[in-house]
Amino acid sequence: MSTEIADRRATGTAQTVNGRAVRRFTADVSAVGEPALWGFGGALALGIILIAGFLGLIFVNGVTTFWPKPIAVVETVDGRMLAGVPTRTGVYRPGERIVEAMTPEQRAFLEENQGFSERTLFRTANFDLTGDDFTWVSDYQKTEVTFPADFFYFERREWGPFVGRIAGIVIDDVAIPAEAVDMALLRREQREARGRFEQIRRIERRDIGAVNYRIEQERLSRRRAALRHGADSPQAEAAAAAAATRIAQLEEEFRSHQDRIAAIRAIDRENRIVLETIDGRQKETELSQIVRFFAANDLSFTDKAGIYVARWHEFLTTEPREANMEGGVLPAIFGTVMMTMIMVVVVAPFGVITALYLREYAKQGRIVSAVRISVNNLAGVPSIVYGVFGLGFFAYTMGVTIDQLFFPERLPSPTFGTGGILWASLTLALLTVPVVIVASEEALAAVPRSMREGSLACGASKWQTIRYVVLPKALPGIMTGLILAMARGAGEVAPLMLVGVVKLAPALPFDQFFPFIHLERSFMHLGFHIFDVGFQSRNSEAGKPMVFVTTLLLLTLIVAMNSTAIIIRNRLKRRYATGHF
Amino acid sequence: MAIARAEVDAIPQREAFEPTAYHVKRGGEGVALDIRKFNLWYGKAQALYDVSMEVQAGLVTALIGPSGCGKSTLLRCLNRMNDLIDELRIDGEIMVGGQNIYASSIDVIALRKRMGMVFQKPNPFAMSIYDNVVYPLRVDGVTNKGVLEETCERALRSAALWNEVKDRLKESALGLSGGQQQRLCIARGIASDPEVLLMDEPCSALDPIATAKIEDLISELKGQYTIVIVTHNMQQAARVSDNTAFMYLGRLIEYGDTERIFENPDKTQTQDYVTGRFG
Ligand SMILES: Nc1ncnc2c1ncn2[C@@H]1O[C@H](COP(=O)(O)OP(=O)(O)OP(=O)(O)O)[C@@H](O)[C@H]1O
Ligand SMILES: [Mg+2]
Repeated sequence: MSTEIADRRATGTAQTVNGRAVRRFTADVSAVGEPALWGFGGALALGIILIAGFLGLIFVNGVTTFWPKPIAVVETVDGRMLAGVPTRTGVYRPGERIVEAMTPEQRAFLEENQGFSERTLFRTANFDLTGDDFTWVSDYQKTEVTFPADFFYFERREWGPFVGRIAGIVIDDVAIPAEAVDMALLRREQREARGRFEQIRRIERRDIGAVNYRIEQERLSRRRAALRHGADSPQAEAAAAAAATRIAQLEEEFRSHQDRIAAIRAIDRENRIVLETIDGRQKETELSQIVRFFAANDLSFTDKAGIYVARWHEFLTTEPREANMEGGVLPAIFGTVMMTMIMVVVVAPFGVITALYLREYAKQGRIVSAVRISVNNLAGVPSIVYGVFGLGFFAYTMGVTIDQLFFPERLPSPTFGTGGILWASLTLALLTVPVVIVASEEALAAVPRSMREGSLACGASKWQTIRYVVLPKALPGIMTGLILAMARGAGEVAPLMLVGVVKLAPALPFDQFFPFIHLERSFMHLGFHIFDVGFQSRNSEAGKPMVFVTTLLLLTLIVAMNSTAIIIRNRLKRRYATGHF
Repeated sequence: MAIARAEVDAIPQREAFEPTAYHVKRGGEGVALDIRKFNLWYGKAQALYDVSMEVQAGLVTALIGPSGCGKSTLLRCLNRMNDLIDELRIDGEIMVGGQNIYASSIDVIALRKRMGMVFQKPNPFAMSIYDNVVYPLRVDGVTNKGVLEETCERALRSAALWNEVKDRLKESALGLSGGQQQRLCIARGIASDPEVLLMDEPCSALDPIATAKIEDLISELKGQYTIVIVTHNMQQAARVSDNTAFMYLGRLIEYGDTERIFENPDKTQTQDYVTGRFG
């Protein structure tokens, strides 16, 4: 019998047993689902490979960007010399015109490679002198490549980096020729110059900023008095007089700060450095203009590591300079985090309350179904449409009204009547609220009916049941929704461009002036920073490393925020599982 | 179940149905729940037909009958748990303390506070054991720690669970075994000292030992509470109850003294059911 069954299974053909047709018990390929399984696995593998490759690309490029690279000095066939940092290589086919102008050897070289040549892109820097940051050099043009130790890489506050030699320095207005330059002295002087630069910046930011703020307050109080009592009223005149004396005092203070700055600037002017390009052109610049310099070909591993760390530090803790191409992204980090936080704070109660009403209180029927479908469809509206809506509704309608009611003295310059971090956060909250509603509703629906009944049977009211039994049970699910919303919101750029993100916002959304958090201010955002550096800058090649680093940072930030949320969620899960009223 | 409903619908008219046989054992404490000519419809399907019974205070009343006959439905009407169901329609009265609990003036929450309920499947909340037991008091606004702790201990002792959990009161109730969870739910049901305890097949998910514990518990609670228990287990009904109600196809066939129901019932349907000839 068993062999018969085995036999039937193996063959899988129609059989008659004892003269009767019997059903086959065979498992054909489609029933076992083997091919489908391979398909699923393949799709998963493909997805993983794509994502891993993408992340790997960003990671590798982002992590290596700040590692100091050597400076190559290239001599070309036509006797030209250039110095630069090799950034990448590529294969290309030189045009006919170029081939015609070649020497016979070069042409032979080309023909050997079927008309193709390799070329290297050098970052030659010195934009102020040459008008060009990068130069391609083809292999057939090169005669010699060396890495001389006396070539330096200067990072400057303006004009981008400089690649060249030191032709001399001027310390306290005493010139020291190149041969006599003591590197230790130069380093010390440069550090001091850098300290002076930061001192000036502090005075400008903190002291002069405070004076400006108070002058502005005085001006506003004068206008307020004029608006309240009429322009010619005695109160307005009294306020104007009081403001005028105080403004005079403040201006005095302002001048004293400026004098301090002028004194520091004078020292700056006495300490200079003369830079020389490879073709002998010189450029004299103040030491305070140099952010960092190093002999790129003469670095030990520790030196390199030190520069690497210093560059990361600068990137994470300072403001951008050079049209965002260099310097740091601190304001963008703050903008991104703060905007996401405000968004979560707004979207969480809004979404959860909506879901609670829809699921627990509303009478399930056609209207509720329609609402639910609309909410789901909202998730599919292009985000730029939300941006338009945010600008039109939040900024131009609500904001303008707020300005008229609360900040009339500042008009016509808008306070809330234009894009700002609050409006951006609200726009994103609107964008992500469907995610939260859907996830919360599902989490609420997943709370077993028996638990609700148990609570009601204990004499709990509906609200008590929701508050003490349903919500704690649904909370992890709701948190998952919030996490998804957060990830979506933090990475969104398009709508923000309409409602408050700017290329450069030196003032953070919070400072030492009342009310400390300035939700009306425009802000910087890492996502927009990527777009700006990568596609809006004067030289996209120079911006490329920044794009990778910023992308890496944005991803890290989102992962960090999500992990925090996930940790909190798991805490809550455990806490509610181990008893809490 | 679907078959049972079809049969219910197939019974044409009330007149064709014989009236309930009554031989109720009186407890001496009067009537706790007086169900009068109670009819119930889920949408168009009628689930209870003219049920009338007086649940004796201080005694244990068992509800028996084949699956789908309306035992749970009837039980859940007693504390208006059926309110959650849309399209539910009722007719008739259930009197508790001289008031119809389906009158519009009744406070449902107050009513439920007078009744404890234990469900077929244990349904502890995702809280600590302690919080689970004192939940009925907490929602009632009791905050005095001493009262809560005392109540917790008393209820857990009554539910024969105290010794097993007294060292882990702050741990999650979900970590208890199924039988312990069910006893916890019983403790929760009696924590607020209700007048009536409603139990819907409380032992269906339990092993014989836990079942025996719960039966002991019911015997101990007898006298303090009025208990209504739904059960599929004939022996259990015979062991723990004073009165038994036999339901069939939404009708109350026979209601009375448990001994008589099991030994010498008035109706042949009851006889057939308790001897296992159908159902
Ligand atoms: N929520 C509901 N909606 C519609 N019909 C229901 C609902 N609950 C129960 N019914 C129907 O009412 C009838 C009685 O159900 P009930 O749950 O009271 O039976 P029961 O006697 O408790 O059965 P069991 O012993 O299987 O628990 C059944 O026919 C059932 O299908
Ligand atoms: Mg039932």
